[in-house]
Amino acid sequence: MSQALRTAEGGRIDRANPLGFSFDGRSYRGFAGDTLASALLANGVHLLARSFKYHRPRGLLTAGSDEPNALVELARDAARCTPNLRATQIELYEGLRARSQNRTPSLAFDLGAVNDRLAPLLPAGFYYKTFMWPKAAWKRLYEPSIRAMAGLGRAPTRPDPDRYAQRYAHCDVLVVGSGPAGLAAALAAAESGARVILCDEQAAFGGTLLAEDEARIEGGSAEAFRAASLATLAAAPRVRLLARTTAFGYFPHNMVGLAERITDHLAAPDPRLPRERLWQVRAREVVLATGAHERPLVFPENDRPGIMLAEAARVYLTRYGVRPGTRAVLATAHDGAYRTALALHRAGVEIAAIADLRGTAGGAWPAAARDAGLPVRLSTTILGTTGRRRVARVDLARLDADGRCGVVEPVPCDLLLMSGGFTPSVHLFSQSRGRLRFDDTLQAYLPDTPAERTHVAGACRGLVALADVLADGYAAGAAAAQAAGCNRAPSARPFPVTARESPAGGMLGALPGNRPGARAFVDFQNDVTAKDLALATREGFRSIEHIKRYTTTGMATDQGKSSNMNALGIVADALGSPIPAIGLTTFRMPYTPTSFGIFAGAARGDLFEPLRMTPMHAQAAALGAVFEDVGQWKRARYFPRAGEDMAAAVARECRAVRSACGLFDASTLGKIEIVGPDAATFLERLYVNAWHRLPSGRCRYGLLLREDGFIFDDGVIGRLATDRFHVTTTTGGIGRVLAMMEDYRQTEWPELDVWLTATTEQWAVLALQGPRAKDILAPLVEAVDLAAMTHMSLAEGRIAGVPLRLFRVSFTGEMGFEVNVPASAGAAVWEALMAAGAACGLTPYGTEAMHVLRAEKGYLVIGQDTDGTVSPDDAGLGRMVARGKPDFIGKRALEAMAARPAGGRQHLVGLLSETPAQVLEEGAQIVAETDGARLGHVTSAYYSPTLGRAIALAMVRDGRARLGERLRVALPEAPAREGHAVRVVAPVFYDPEGARLDG
Amino acid sequence: MLLIHCPWCGPRAEIEFSYAGPAQLRRDGALEDLLYLRDNPKGRHEERWRHAHGCGQFFATARDTVSDFFLPPPVAKP
Ligand SMILES: [Zn+2]
Repeated sequence: MSQALRTAEGGRIDRANPLGFSFDGRSYRGFAGDTLASALLANGVHLLARSFKYHRPRGLLTAGSDEPNALVELARDAARCTPNLRATQIELYEGLRARSQNRTPSLAFDLGAVNDRLAPLLPAGFYYKTFMWPKAAWKRLYEPSIRAMAGLGRAPTRPDPDRYAQRYAHCDVLVVGSGPAGLAAALAAAESGARVILCDEQAAFGGTLLAEDEARIEGGSAEAFRAASLATLAAAPRVRLLARTTAFGYFPHNMVGLAERITDHLAAPDPRLPRERLWQVRAREVVLATGAHERPLVFPENDRPGIMLAEAARVYLTRYGVRPGTRAVLATAHDGAYRTALALHRAGVEIAAIADLRGTAGGAWPAAARDAGLPVRLSTTILGTTGRRRVARVDLARLDADGRCGVVEPVPCDLLLMSGGFTPSVHLFSQSRGRLRFDDTLQAYLPDTPAERTHVAGACRGLVALADVLADGYAAGAAAAQAAGCNRAPSARPFPVTARESPAGGMLGALPGNRPGARAFVDFQNDVTAKDLALATREGFRSIEHIKRYTTTGMATDQGKSSNMNALGIVADALGSPIPAIGLTTFRMPYTPTSFGIFAGAARGDLFEPLRMTPMHAQAAALGAVFEDVGQWKRARYFPRAGEDMAAAVARECRAVRSACGLFDASTLGKIEIVGPDAATFLERLYVNAWHRLPSGRCRYGLLLREDGFIFDDGVIGRLATDRFHVTTTTGGIGRVLAMMEDYRQTEWPELDVWLTATTEQWAVLALQGPRAKDILAPLVEAVDLAAMTHMSLAEGRIAGVPLRLFRVSFTGEMGFEVNVPASAGAAVWEALMAAGAACGLTPYGTEAMHVLRAEKGYLVIGQDTDGTVSPDDAGLGRMVARGKPDFIGKRALEAMAARPAGGRQHLVGLLSETPAQVLEEGAQIVAETDGARLGHVTSAYYSPTLGRAIALAMVRDGRARLGERLRVALPEAPAREGHAVRVVAPVFYDPEGARLDG
Repeated sequence: MLLIHCPWCGPRAEIEFSYAGPAQLRRDGALEDLLYLRDNPKGRHEERWRHAHGCGQFFATARDTVSDFFLPPPVAKP
């Protein structure tokens, strides 16, 4: 198909560089510099989409990022498939393949269009009303069919293969928007010596200057001014220019999120380039030069393909060399449409009528239009349009002095252009929580009091004349630079301009003469009509926030860029209140839809979060370990041998520990070295235990509470010297324990001379547990008197040639040692121990066996058996609390607890199910057998290979008074009294005397 | 993302910090007040932050809970 509607010359396209592309499988040609929208228009294609709710045929409304209708899907390949892109923003490249959306089977014939016939059944809020009854039908009928119909576009089915980059940046002045105001602001800020970032969502800088073919700036063309300004900025060393970069969000403290599109416009992107880049810019000052959006007019059937905004049509003609039609009617309440009419007329488009709602039109452009002989009709409204897949006829009618419509006059056309005036684009200003005010003269919300260090310039704050906009931008840029501390004042630049201007004005709301039964669209993307809004007010809605949610007006992905002000006008009209009394909905980020990829950045797959592996990870992997995630750590869970499942492996590992010896990688334990003359005092104040009299070379199990008296963390603490402690914490607790210790050290007890060093990663910890532990260790250690080491002692020496801190401790109930060596030596020491222990049957065991072994002994695990509401006494650890200590964290709360009447608290107990093989479910509720009263829950449950039966730990109300009592453990979907019968026992199942600890 | 002024390191992004609760909790009143009752003021709120991914220091500052801007002058005791 030829580009029949392309002008012979002109536009910013590169006619020497033709490009082939396809839309819905049909091939077309365009030029470099086209957007998909302009290229399709040049080929006479107006029908680009079906609307969301009614599946009505739709074409282009705009030429920019505010486009509500022309959403398409771009598919480079199966994985690179992006739905809901605005055709107006897609830069053409060779081979581009686009598809329309929301239609089955085709755009021209869409089965979903039946919704359009059903429109009377689908009024505002229909989903709140229609599907309420019968209730059962919701799940079976309504919801599935709604889900099948709902949604716009298809999500890609494969993982996104592209790369997304993220950057932080700082600048003195961030200028958003590179139209005349933004360019001038950047020039002033740069000349002031500021570090400047200028960003624009379009591929080319210049904004409205890109379609400015008449005005003269500083004696030259607008293009000459634009080019010279950009050259100046590009040459300035402290200026960064970011094209194709949308400022999508304005966050607190002048952080602005920018989404830079790097490869989407390229036919064959360099695979080394990221697809998009997120810029998190912290700016001292922000200049918003975001311009204004033209408003549609709200009249019946205003949504057919071929109906677009007047300024958009002029942009297609001027920038892209495309005539959007052959015979045009313009409907307007603003002088801008006259300029478009003149431009189209010059390009050979027949102007059938300029219908102006206003009674007079005396500006420079209307005068020029009259001089050119264009048919201007004042006081004229539109009663409707016809045309199946493109507008074919407009029904005009004159309005008399009382606003009544006269005789309908049909005017044939293939293009209907409308202009209701311009809405300042205050989105970012409003996102920053700046306050807006309604300007009665301009009939627009304008930025008022900024919340951040924000400057607003140009059309975004209601200015119209090009000379004013340039001067305003320049002043804003200079002021921003000055506020950012740049003291060099920029040179005075008066920006002399010769231009014909279109004064501010226009209309908000629906045109007069809306026929009954006809639909006049307000929100094109969500298919909300003037009637829907009127209905919402009749049903009692008053606040625009409620009306928005009820009718969904302004809730589509375009966030009501073209619809919000008209919706306000209609609601104000219906309620008879002034517009400011209706309120204004909140603008939220993102300004335009932003990909998930840009937020995820590199944090995907293996890089989603840091992976922590112990120094002996490779050894465990070589032994076939199955790993589990514990926080960010990978820990060996069990070491299956050929033919073993988890239960068999765990049973074998447990038996090895009890009968010979096991080797366990405990390196993930949190470790803190506490050093200083006041180290013991520091621990004394933190932990419930006493520390002053712990001799060097001894260890103690330390219990740490929060200020509310509940258990926070635990771990063995060894004293290496008078002023040096080796503190261990739980694997998951190290971060919060260290933060708590630092908090007290820095803020409560700054007088203590003590230092904390996090040493978790410095030490590899190999737990050697079992009756043969000492035999295995003996030949390997130097300068350690193993025989003298009793339970809970520690010694320093060497093992396998490396420095050693040896702890005689046990988390299994067997005689045990924890071998601490420098992390770099962990693997070698593991190998040495494995070799030395082979003859004794040394067996590596994992976290699962560790849990079984500790549960057999009733050793609790913080966070599993405790939940933040467990006191030392609840856990059976009341004896650990040192009496007579002047203070420790939680002491006051423990005293308060002790002062309360006894009874009612949950205690840690053991449970034995009456069916010995029955492993209970962790978390299961425990109830009384008699009345089903809830008494607590199971905290740990395992099969004990040592005992040949299942065991469990549980928190049970008054548990220690219930030893021997029969309780029930509830099952899902069964009455409480039919749960498993269990017997309450003491929480130590094996070797209650602790005889085995001594070997 | 807030811009937080660490008294030791200067202005840094919020992700480097962890919030550390209200400043100047009184330990001499009722235990329940200390443990559980917190003011939720509209306006000036004195609070503690830790430059966890920086110098590690705790410090106190004041923030306007309406605007989210930090208020001068910084309070003295953490
Ligand atoms: Zn710091």
